[in-house]
Amino acid sequence: MARPVFIVDGSRTPFLKARSGPGPFTPVDLAVQCGRPLLARQPFAPSAFDQVILGCVNVIADEMNPARVAALRLGMGEKMVAFTVQINCGSGMQSIDTGYRYIREGLSDLILAGGAEALSHAPLVWPQQGVRWFAGLAGAKGIGARVMAALKVKPSYFKPIIGLERGLTDPITELNMGQTAEVVGHLFGITRAQSDAYAAESHKRLAKAQSQGWLKDEVETAFARDGKFYDHDDGVRPDSTPESLAKLKPVFERPWGKVTAGNSSQITDGASWVILASEEAVAKHGLTPKAAILDSQWSALDPGIMGLGPVLSATELLKRNELTLGDIETWELNEAFATQVLGCLAAWNDEKFCKEILGLDGAAGELDQTRLNVDGGAISLGHPVGCSGNRIVLHLVNAMKRLGTRRGIATECIGGGQGGAMLIETV
Amino acid sequence: MNVLGDRVLELGPKPDADGPYKDLRLTRDGDGVAWLLFDREGTSANTLSADLIEELDKVLAELEAQRPTGLVIRSAKKTGFIAGADVNAFRAATDVAAVEAEIGRAHAVIDRLEALRIPSVAVVHGFCLGGGLEVALACLMRIAIEDARFGFPEGMLGLHPGLGGTVRFTQLVNPMQAMPLMLTGKTIDARRAKSLGLVDVVTQERHVRNAVKDAVSGRLKRARPGLLNNLLSLGFARGFLAGRMRSEAAKAAREEHYPAPYALIDLWEKHGGDRRAMLNAEKASFARLMVTSTAQNLIRVFFLREQMKKLAGSGNKIEHVHVIGAGAMGGDIAAWCAGQDLRVTLADMKPEPIASAIKRAAELYGKILRKRTAVRDALDRLMPDMQAEGVRNADLIIEAVPEKLELKQKVYAGIEPKMKPGAILATNTSSIPLQDLRTTLQKPERLLGLHFFNPVSRLQLVEVVSHDGTDAQLLKEALAFVGAIDRLPLPVKSSPGFLVNRALTPYMLEAMLMLDEKIDKTVIDAAAKKFGMPMGPIELADQVGLDICLDVGDMLRSKFGDALPPTPAWLRDKVARGELGRKTGKGLYTWKGGKADTSSGLPATSEPSAEMIDRLILPMSNVCVACLREGIVDNADVVDGAVIFGTGYAPFRGGPLHYARTRGVENIVSTLRALTEKFGGRFTPDAGWESFK
Repeated sequence: MARPVFIVDGSRTPFLKARSGPGPFTPVDLAVQCGRPLLARQPFAPSAFDQVILGCVNVIADEMNPARVAALRLGMGEKMVAFTVQINCGSGMQSIDTGYRYIREGLSDLILAGGAEALSHAPLVWPQQGVRWFAGLAGAKGIGARVMAALKVKPSYFKPIIGLERGLTDPITELNMGQTAEVVGHLFGITRAQSDAYAAESHKRLAKAQSQGWLKDEVETAFARDGKFYDHDDGVRPDSTPESLAKLKPVFERPWGKVTAGNSSQITDGASWVILASEEAVAKHGLTPKAAILDSQWSALDPGIMGLGPVLSATELLKRNELTLGDIETWELNEAFATQVLGCLAAWNDEKFCKEILGLDGAAGELDQTRLNVDGGAISLGHPVGCSGNRIVLHLVNAMKRLGTRRGIATECIGGGQGGAMLIETV
Repeated sequence: MNVLGDRVLELGPKPDADGPYKDLRLTRDGDGVAWLLFDREGTSANTLSADLIEELDKVLAELEAQRPTGLVIRSAKKTGFIAGADVNAFRAATDVAAVEAEIGRAHAVIDRLEALRIPSVAVVHGFCLGGGLEVALACLMRIAIEDARFGFPEGMLGLHPGLGGTVRFTQLVNPMQAMPLMLTGKTIDARRAKSLGLVDVVTQERHVRNAVKDAVSGRLKRARPGLLNNLLSLGFARGFLAGRMRSEAAKAAREEHYPAPYALIDLWEKHGGDRRAMLNAEKASFARLMVTSTAQNLIRVFFLREQMKKLAGSGNKIEHVHVIGAGAMGGDIAAWCAGQDLRVTLADMKPEPIASAIKRAAELYGKILRKRTAVRDALDRLMPDMQAEGVRNADLIIEAVPEKLELKQKVYAGIEPKMKPGAILATNTSSIPLQDLRTTLQKPERLLGLHFFNPVSRLQLVEVVSHDGTDAQLLKEALAFVGAIDRLPLPVKSSPGFLVNRALTPYMLEAMLMLDEKIDKTVIDAAAKKFGMPMGPIELADQVGLDICLDVGDMLRSKFGDALPPTPAWLRDKVARGELGRKTGKGLYTWKGGKADTSSGLPATSEPSAEMIDRLILPMSNVCVACLREGIVDNADVVDGAVIFGTGYAPFRGGPLHYARTRGVENIVSTLRALTEKFGGRFTPDAGWESFK
């Protein structure tokens, strides 16, 4: 007996672009900043939840199992079960998906599902040889052995590696995420100009959403202990134009690559939560559901073209629910790279790909870009990896409510060669 | 997991329910180690009384007769080891010889403990203060539990340690560290105690039995006084260091106001090298201090605090406080409450004041909570609330918006429909009568005043203001709330200025008149400090905010007329120019980094006159008598406590009414008459003096 699962509320922090050095908040700090006001406005006590699930990729050493740390810091009580999930860029959606399944199966009624990531806190990592040298030195017994161990040092041992750089490199193919976008762009003939135009539009849409106040009920001002506060997604560049973006040099594959810092998602800190509730919880606490989760799907493919993940997982959702591309009125497709988003759209319009890979009778068709990422995306907002999947579900719900649309899909590509998608219906 | 709570303390073998002693328990474990537990009857914390010391003497005799392999001394109270001497014994001491004889008997018992020819070990958890620390110092070894805190708070009572502490502490711990701890009364945690060599080891409750075994058998590595201690205890080193300590002490307080620190320095300088002589001199010095008016007045203040704590009652029900207005007061009230374990939502229309309140909170927590995780948790409990979501769930709402009647009533209209049943609506107003504020309320019975003082973290008083329709139960809950956040409540009836501002305003306005008389501001402030005020009236006005002084002054004058000094026109101009004092960086002084620039450039010879002091100080006593007469506060002692804890009024004077009583009511009245003739009607003695004795 599958039970309906509702999204009743949600909130997120502003997405804060990583500038120089660690930002003002750790992943759990961010989760607390947006979680407190969210919990405060509920008609039930924070301890009424059955569990807390949080997506987080770069867990910092002080916050192992950040879900539990966040639950306790949010005053949800020592009895609150909480666990952290990780599927790279899909982590924030995986938390929702996991909670959705618990409620659907009747095991839980009220779940707080989120995503949190502070990429600006990504550690510096010592080279493996350096770590081995230090372990040898620490383990050496006696002065002679210690001197001998110490003498084996090489300067390169002390050259730190930025952990984030390793994290954004696929361990199987050794391709950087940006390079996988180059591959997808190449396979589907996406031009630099198309990508830059897409990126400029992302900034334009976010800037408009901000100035119209469309994000007001979604974004909670974050207050740092140094007296600064953050009330908007600060990676937005309303003055970006295709022309200004065209001047940037490619960052991943010089000199001919098409992926630049300007048409890629930004390195950013942020957190987001949604509240999932069963019908019983809705009735018990007098909640007003915003949307229902109808279905979800994870898919996997060659890590070298991970950017096509959304095409696989979203198509699977459509097929299972007997829907077509055009039946979905609002889309959130995470903007890891403009080239990758456009690659996905091209894939759906590619007869061969749709037949051979997706098992469709022909091309799925053209995805109307006015329905896609209507208020901007990771290119303008940033992509705090463990959080983004949560944000796109939260924002999809809010955008559909505003637009008065009924069916929507939130989907993202996932480093390592996967894709995740969630089918939502407003109520 | 409170079920397991009583398993926490390791107290050795279970004592018989009906042992031979009242406040002590004595058992022996399987290794032949005696466990002496301090468990004073009928209290939650141990203090040392004469009876208890006498009982300890009997226990020591028993131990000497049948010697155990070792002795453990610890407290059976969860709250801590021993909180110090039972201050009751110090009250009303007038006879130096009697005090010296009494303290001599206690000395003999402590010496007897020290002389036991068995390994003795004090196991210390929680607070170990004053006399308690002196008991621990008489043991051969000290084991501290992680949560232990040590200190000598005798200075707060105008005393110095008197049970051999000045001797044993300076011998065990480097005097350059030990003396400042006794002089300032600061407490230290277990880690610092270990690094000073005050304790031999720091461990957790769960290892106490094994730690005791190792201590008794001699396997515990002990802290030993360093070689430096001996060097620093040499005569010439003591002389040099004592001089430096005296000049440090002079920065904190004058000798004529607070003689104890100077007596302690003398004691150590003269006798620091000679144990026997110093023990004897300590007794004599302690007895001499005990009968000073400073000590007796500070002991009085100690009991005033206890009395006001009792006014708070217990059984606080407030868990969630919603503060409206994140300005200087609202922000600091919110921060204080969150620091005291309450959930707090801090509402404001704009993020800027909230952000700066969060910054101040973080700075405060860094000072008072110290631990990184404790600071984090307090900040987590302090939630910025721009949507005012906290209103619905709050048990208590504290309104701290600007002092405008219409504004406050507008705020109330917005929140009242959302408040949960049983919640309290409190205002932090200092100048608007509750009778005016309540007119638009649906349920005026839940309105009361919680008037905090600036700076909230330092001034302990909160005036709990009621109007004639305030619900008695809610008033009781408000008092308990004030107690729960470690502040002292003054129940007061709603009347202009309540008690404290009404008493303080003439003090500040008189100072402004003196400015008009071309008296330098530093001389005016010096006059108040000479009396013993921690801060002069000019600096205080800047600290409070000139806008607030003006508001309160105008309000009081509208009610009391010429009983108050007139507000100078230039004050109005200054406020209009935005020169509001500390908060804007410029007022009567220029402020930098939270400090006033008090360099005057005047020669040091311009001494404040006695008349200046009387002009500033006596109106306060006069107002206090008026408030008593009008029934705004119903108890003279509580008035004294309130003025001390709400303004910092020289505590060693015992309060404005006690001061008047000590100086003589006749004298006060005649002095006020003389001032009336010279300066005007504002000094007219209140009719209340007739009945005040």
